[in-house]
Amino acid sequence: MLEVSLYRYNPETDEAPYMQDFSVDTGGRDLMVLDVLELIKADHDGSVTYRRSCREGVCGSDGLNMNGKNGLACITPLSESVKSDKLVIRPLPGLPVIRDLVVDMSLFYAQYEKVQPYLQNPTPAPAIERLQSPEERAQLDGLYECILCACCSTSCPSFWWNPDRFVGPAGLLQAYRFLADSRDTATEDRLAKLDDPFSVFRCHGIQNCVNVCPKGLNPTKAIGHIRTMLLNRAT
Amino acid sequence: MVTSVTSFSRTGLSDWLIQRVTSLVLLAYFIVIAYQLLGSVDYTSWRSLFDQTWMKVFTLMAALSLAAHSWIGLWSVFTDYLTERMLGPKGNAIRLLCELGVSLALVGYVIWVIVIIWS
Repeated sequence: MLEVSLYRYNPETDEAPYMQDFSVDTGGRDLMVLDVLELIKADHDGSVTYRRSCREGVCGSDGLNMNGKNGLACITPLSESVKSDKLVIRPLPGLPVIRDLVVDMSLFYAQYEKVQPYLQNPTPAPAIERLQSPEERAQLDGLYECILCACCSTSCPSFWWNPDRFVGPAGLLQAYRFLADSRDTATEDRLAKLDDPFSVFRCHGIQNCVNVCPKGLNPTKAIGHIRTMLLNRAT
Repeated sequence: MVTSVTSFSRTGLSDWLIQRVTSLVLLAYFIVIAYQLLGSVDYTSWRSLFDQTWMKVFTLMAALSLAAHSWIGLWSVFTDYLTERMLGPKGNAIRLLCELGVSLALVGYVIWVIVIIWS
């Protein structure tokens, strides 16, 4: 039996959040954490609320805090997350809780929107496509794979304290994804919007984001590249 | 774009660069001081070290670097923790008060250093 402690909060009935314990029979299998949540919802309490969709680490819906570490419940096996037969599941830290494990991601998306995450190029589009050399295309590897699960930004203390002013690792990874794109012509405008004391420079490089990214990406490295671009632009 | 009138240089890049350059000045200064301390130190040798113009200039540079470095660092800490988000409606007033206290202390320290080494 696996002891699971689950963060519960229903704003319509609960005055404050609380932890609820469940004993889950995993049958000795190394299930994913999402499977455990499905078992709890099916066999113990149907009111347990969480987001999930693809259940294979592609959609980014089920970002959760499992035994203190953010990750996607659907691709986190119990053997990786559970130490000493106890699993504590909480919502992603730093964002307002809507109910149980579901958080309000408005602030996260507002920061994503701020970096204008789309290709900007006012020149007339060619008949087929804007071409890149293999080397130019390779610049986008490690950047475009982000699925916006918010595991990184919600593990970042700078984002906890200033979610309205610090873009956060996920947003900055996407900012660099377009700064590094040879087809994008808005580089100067993008950099000008990032050169304030908060948007980029609230990152102190503690690499919590790198530690939790379920896709193995490195936002800290991307932020370093943005800093270098800002420095080159100003000197 | 977010701006803040109380940050050291008003732009993130300048603050970041100044903090790194000042840290190098401080590192060099503390290496010099440590080197002196490793030898035998008495009043005469200490006095003769600080009587030299290069050491006075270096000390002043280190004091100014420490003030700038501290301000940028503490401003970051204050704008993380002493905000309305963290402390409620009085957050901004508390932060401004702390910033005022730190800025007065830093200016005071720099003047104190100047008085000591140039008098």
